[in-house]
Amino acid sequence: MAGIAMTPCGDFRESYRADTTIFPTRLSRAFAAGSIAALCLVPLTGDRYILSLMIQAGYLGIAALGLNILVGFTGQISIGHAAFFGVGAFSSAWLVEHGVPVAVAILLAGLMTTAVGMVFGLPAAWLKGLYLAIATLAAQFIIEDFFARARWFTGGVAGRVTEPFSLFGVRFDSNETYFYVVLFYVVVMFLSASNLMRTRDGRALVAVRDHYLSAEMMGINLTYYRTLSFGLSSFYAGIGGALYAHYLLFVSVEAFTILFSIQFLAMIIIGGLGSVMGSMMGAVFMTLLPEVVQWFANMLAGSVIDRALGLGAAVSYLREMTIGAAIVLFLIFEPDGLAHRWRLIKAYWKLYPFSH
Amino acid sequence: MNWELLFQLTLNGVIVGALYGVVAMSFVLIFKASQVVNFAQGEFLLIGAWACWWLVTTFQIPFVLGFLVTLVFMTVFGILLQVVVLRPLIGEPVISVIMVTIGLSIFFQALMKWMFGVFAQPFPRIFAADRVNIAGLEVQTVYLLSLAISVVIMAAFAWFFTVSKHGLAMRATAFDQQVAQSLGISVRQVFAMSWALSAVVSAVAGVVVGVVNGVSSALSFYGIKVFLAVILGGLDSVLGAVLGGLIIGLLENLAHFLDSEVLQWGNMFQIAPFYVLIVILMLKPYGLFGTKKIEQV
Repeated sequence: MAGIAMTPCGDFRESYRADTTIFPTRLSRAFAAGSIAALCLVPLTGDRYILSLMIQAGYLGIAALGLNILVGFTGQISIGHAAFFGVGAFSSAWLVEHGVPVAVAILLAGLMTTAVGMVFGLPAAWLKGLYLAIATLAAQFIIEDFFARARWFTGGVAGRVTEPFSLFGVRFDSNETYFYVVLFYVVVMFLSASNLMRTRDGRALVAVRDHYLSAEMMGINLTYYRTLSFGLSSFYAGIGGALYAHYLLFVSVEAFTILFSIQFLAMIIIGGLGSVMGSMMGAVFMTLLPEVVQWFANMLAGSVIDRALGLGAAVSYLREMTIGAAIVLFLIFEPDGLAHRWRLIKAYWKLYPFSH
Repeated sequence: MNWELLFQLTLNGVIVGALYGVVAMSFVLIFKASQVVNFAQGEFLLIGAWACWWLVTTFQIPFVLGFLVTLVFMTVFGILLQVVVLRPLIGEPVISVIMVTIGLSIFFQALMKWMFGVFAQPFPRIFAADRVNIAGLEVQTVYLLSLAISVVIMAAFAWFFTVSKHGLAMRATAFDQQVAQSLGISVRQVFAMSWALSAVVSAVAGVVVGVVNGVSSALSFYGIKVFLAVILGGLDSVLGAVLGGLIIGLLENLAHFLDSEVLQWGNMFQIAPFYVLIVILMLKPYGLFGTKKIEQV
C-alpha cells in the first residue's frame, strides 16, 4: 500500500495485526469517528440543498466503491455499472410493491443485483481487460433494453413509484431524516470494504490485479475471485441503487444510460483506483461537478461569452464535456486520483516543517 | 413473406456491413499498431461528417473540395490526439488507456451536440440522379457509391499493408516494437500515422453515412457496432474485421426482417447483436481470425 510509505518516522509496526488495522494511527481513528459525528450534525443546519447533495454523494459513493472493488482492486473493467445500479433500484421498488418492508428490501435488492451480476459476471471469470469491457458494454445495453421491456418489473415507460424508507413505524421521508439512513449505509459499506481488503480474500483480489499468473501459482483460484469481485461490485451497486430509489421515490427506465456508467468510471478514476476513501471523494467530486458547471453558467449568464456560445441552453452538454475532460485529464496528470493528492497533503502536514 | 423487403434488407445489410467493415478495419489498425483499444472510433465518424457538412453548407464550397479539406483536418486531428492524449499513456495499464478513450468519446460527443445540435442534418444533393435501375431494382445512387467507396478503401488498405513502405513499417511495429525500432523504424511516427490514418478512414465512412442518412449524433453508435464486428472477426485481424463487419451488417438487417415479418418484438434487432456478442465471447473470445495469445510469466 502506498499509504504506508508516507507514515512519519517513529511509527513502527511490530506485528501483522498492527500492520493491517483499518486506521493506522490513533489520530486517524479519532479523525474518522469525529467526522462521522460531525456529519450527524449536518441535518441540524437544515440546509436542504447541501443535504440533498450529500445524500446523492452517499448512494453514488456506495455504488462507486463497488466499481472500485472490481476495477481498482481486481483490475477487471466494467462499462455497465449503471445498469446494475438500475437493477438494484428496480428490485427494491418491486419488492416493496410486493409487501416487503423497505429496510429489508434494500438488502434483498443488493442480493438480487448480485445474482444478475453473477450471470453477466460468468464471462468475467475467463475474460479480462478489453474483452470484459466489451462484455459489460453488451450487458449495459441488454439490461437497459430489459428495463424498457419488462413492464411487470419496471413499470415500463411510466416508471415505478415506490415508498420512502421506514423502520419501526418511523418514516424517513425528508432530506433531514433520510440523510441518517444513507449515512448509516455509507459507514457500514465503507467499513466492510476496508475490512475486506485486510482479509485473505481482499488481498487475493489485489494479487489477481497485480499479476494474475503469479496469483494463480500461489493458490488463488482466479475464476472464483474474479466472479466474487464481480458479485461484490454488483452487490454494492444494488445497495446504492436501492437507496437511490427510496430517496427519489420514483425510478425511471431511462435513468440508467451508458453515460451514467461512464460517470461511475469517472468517479473512481478521479477519486483514485484502488482506494476505498477515494471512491467517496470521486463521488463527491462528480456530484459537485454539475453544480459547479451550472453555477459557472449562471455567473456568465448575460455576458459576452454567454451570448457568443449560448451557454444557457448547453449546460447539459457542458456537463458531459467536463466529465469526459475530467477523465482524460486525471488519467494523464493524476492517475492515482484525489486519494493520492490527499495522502500527499497529509504527509506534508505531518512532516512540516522538515519535509525530508 | 415479403421477398422484396428481404432483398432490400439484404442489400442494405451488405452496404452497411461494408461500412462497418471499413470502420472496424480502422479500429484494428490502431489496435495493431499501438495496442490501444479505441472507444472513440465512432466519434471519428461523427467529427468527420460534421466537419464536412459544416464546410459544405456554411461556405457553399463544392462537396469534393469540402471532403478533401475534411480529410486534411482529420489527419491533423488524429495526430494531435495521439501526441497530446495517448502518448503520455504509453506503458500504462490497458484499463487506463480504455478509460481515456471513453473519456474522449463522451467529450467529443457532447462537443458535437453542442456545436451542431441534436437533429439530423441532410447534406445538399450531390448527384443529379437519385436512383438508378439495376436488374429491375431501384437502387439509390448514394448506396452504390457507399459500397464502391468501401471496396476502394479496403483495396487501398490491402495495397498499403502489403506493398507500401509505411504500411510494412506499421506491420513490423505491430509484430514487435523493439525489433522494429532497432531496424530504424520510428515507432512514434508509426503510432501517430496509425491514428491519423484511422481518423481519416473513419471520417470517410462518416461522410458516406452522412450523405446517405444525414449527419446526426447517431453516427457515434457505429463506434459500438464496431466492437461487435471486431470481436467476431478477431481483434487483430484486418480480414476478420471486414468479414465481421459484413456479418454484423447482414445479421442486423436479417434480424430486422425476421422481427418485422414474424416475431413482432419491437426493436429487438437493435439489441440482438449484443446477445450474439456475449455468446461469441463465451465460446470463442479470440474471434474467427484472431491470434490466440499464449500467456507467459
